[in-house]
Amino acid sequence: MAKIQGAITVDSERCKGCELCVSTCDKGVIGMSDKVNSKGYHYAYMVSPEACVGCTNCGIICPDGVISVYRVKVEE
Amino acid sequence: MEVNEIIKPENLVYKKSRLMREKPFNFCPGCGHGVVVRTIAEVIEEMGIEHDVIGISPVGCSVFLYDFYNFDVVEAAHGRACAVATGIKRVQPSKYVFTYQGDGDLAAIGTAETMHACNRGENIVIVFINNGIYGMTGGQMAPTTLEGMKTTTCPRGRDVRTMGYPLNITPLLAQLPGVCYVTRHSVHTPGNVRKLKKALRTAFENQRDKKGTSIVEVVSNCNSGWGMTPKQANEWMVENMFKKYPLGDMKVDGKLVMDMNEPR
Amino acid sequence: MEERELRLMKGNDAIAEAAIRAGFDAFYGYPITPQTEVMEYLMETDATARTGMAVLQAESEVSAINMVYGGASTGHRVMTSSSSPGISLMAEGISYIAGAELPCLLINVSRGGPGLGTIQPSQADYFQTVKGGGHGDYKLLTLAPSSVQELTDFIPLGIDLAFKYRNPTMILADGALGQMMEKVALPPQRPRLAEYPDWATNGTPRGKERRFITSLNLLPKEHELVNIRLQAKYREMEKNEVRYQEFMCDDAEYIIVAFGIIARIAQKAIEIARENGHKIGLFRPISLYPFPMDQIKALAENPRVKGFLSVELSAGQMIEDIRLAVEGRKPVGFFGRQGGMVPTPGEVEEALYKQFNIK
Repeated sequence: MAKIQGAITVDSERCKGCELCVSTCDKGVIGMSDKVNSKGYHYAYMVSPEACVGCTNCGIICPDGVISVYRVKVEE
Repeated sequence: MEVNEIIKPENLVYKKSRLMREKPFNFCPGCGHGVVVRTIAEVIEEMGIEHDVIGISPVGCSVFLYDFYNFDVVEAAHGRACAVATGIKRVQPSKYVFTYQGDGDLAAIGTAETMHACNRGENIVIVFINNGIYGMTGGQMAPTTLEGMKTTTCPRGRDVRTMGYPLNITPLLAQLPGVCYVTRHSVHTPGNVRKLKKALRTAFENQRDKKGTSIVEVVSNCNSGWGMTPKQANEWMVENMFKKYPLGDMKVDGKLVMDMNEPR
Repeated sequence: MEERELRLMKGNDAIAEAAIRAGFDAFYGYPITPQTEVMEYLMETDATARTGMAVLQAESEVSAINMVYGGASTGHRVMTSSSSPGISLMAEGISYIAGAELPCLLINVSRGGPGLGTIQPSQADYFQTVKGGGHGDYKLLTLAPSSVQELTDFIPLGIDLAFKYRNPTMILADGALGQMMEKVALPPQRPRLAEYPDWATNGTPRGKERRFITSLNLLPKEHELVNIRLQAKYREMEKNEVRYQEFMCDDAEYIIVAFGIIARIAQKAIEIARENGHKIGLFRPISLYPFPMDQIKALAENPRVKGFLSVELSAGQMIEDIRLAVEGRKPVGFFGRQGGMVPTPGEVEEALYKQFNIK
């Protein structure tokens, strides 16, 4: 049975740490890094990448468009 | 499958529109403006009209749109975006013209320009961000500020007896015959953003088909002005702003569709 | 000489006809006495059917000038006309147009002020026009016609100068010129623009960088450079665009300086004074900005010239620029009427004798 797997990239330098992607992702993939970027914002990253299905919700909701989303069909 | 095997160009399913320039937004973290600005770019990219569109960014948080878009933008004086749009459209009827205005710009200083552009049925798209406050100048009361809502110029809450009532302007504009499409959306969930994108698409197609003025209102958050985190602001917005400014279509193809009298 | 059509026309109608023939793309206006006939004529003659130009009555002068700003940003020939109170409402928009370096043509058919004032002619908008009526350092290349013919000729000239310098041009007329009828030779129709400048925001051409129009710049270092560039432009205007006319100045001992309709009245006064043996001349600035400083200075340096008299429909505004040019070399007197009153040649002659106590 084919399974969908996804992943995201976050332009950590441009993330403003608004955390909207964290609450938007219903799979709990995204969390906030305890490191900060050069502007002093904690940036988003994939806390549990395996849970991502590439639904693009985080990419859409990000006000600054720093998230790109990838998706692939994986044969079991 | 390893993450780095997934992250390959052929697997890309979403990224920022190529019509967005590299300049970072000046909007506060979590601000709805960013989502609306990007969604407009996506619609223009998908319609393939980037060489025939002119955006108008009046004074307000949106004033720097010309730094963010890879298509022509004209900065306008505060409140005058609809007049500037008219001036452009009348000499170039074949081009797409849209304004991107805040609530102060559209419903306070620019009321006459907005009202009369709509009354003339100017073939333009008006994108109206309603966040109930003046953001750029640091959080003052706007025409759409709710009763009792605190801002720097009504620090003890808006007192309607002395400061007027929250102005729900789009239902008024919907009554004008020249207006063909009035709809109200939000960007606090992906689902709403997708609906907004469809509405923007309809608006630009109305302009293409010369059906008159299209108004897309977006009720949005203002985190710094409201003094909340983005998440809290969105929750407060759903709880309070949506009561006064309910989402949905008000006019479609020239016909009123929403019950126009004031929500209870 | 291209063949011209001779007509007897009212000033305001001539403005409209000249605009059509100058190949304008748009006129955005608002009714205000004494120039409403401009828009009425454009509608009556159906300018849109004649050349395709857009003619639109806005909801206010504030809106009209911002429509001009929009049209100008696309590199088209756009204009508006109004009168004193309307021009005051347009001041912010005009400053934006100058700040964003856009070409357009503005016409002020001035009326008496301040406030609602009167609808009779006045020249009391001189300062507002040449010293910049809106905020910030900017200048309006200002042409002052004194006949319906000049009013007509300054329309194409004005918009061409606006494109040359990417700056608004103002034609400072008055209620008399707008309302009076005179013989006028109209130029033939010239085509509307077919191409537009690279800076114009009319949709980014394929393979080109996007364009943008703004007068905003929050970085002081950059914004000073913008202002320096604007000032350099105004120096260019001062070098190339000074226009004036001299009447009987060659042997004149006293010089009247007057512009617009008043120059014609002064000319009559000079003719009468000359019959009484007084050598008076008229210096008529046609460009109020750039003001003919050097020319007036040269007259002041001429030992034969004993003094100047500024005659204006105001409390005395242009006199300040005359004094700047003369720099104390010779006395500069003033005679003016206000409230819409227009002096007779006899009054001007009387003032002249009194000023220079000559019989």
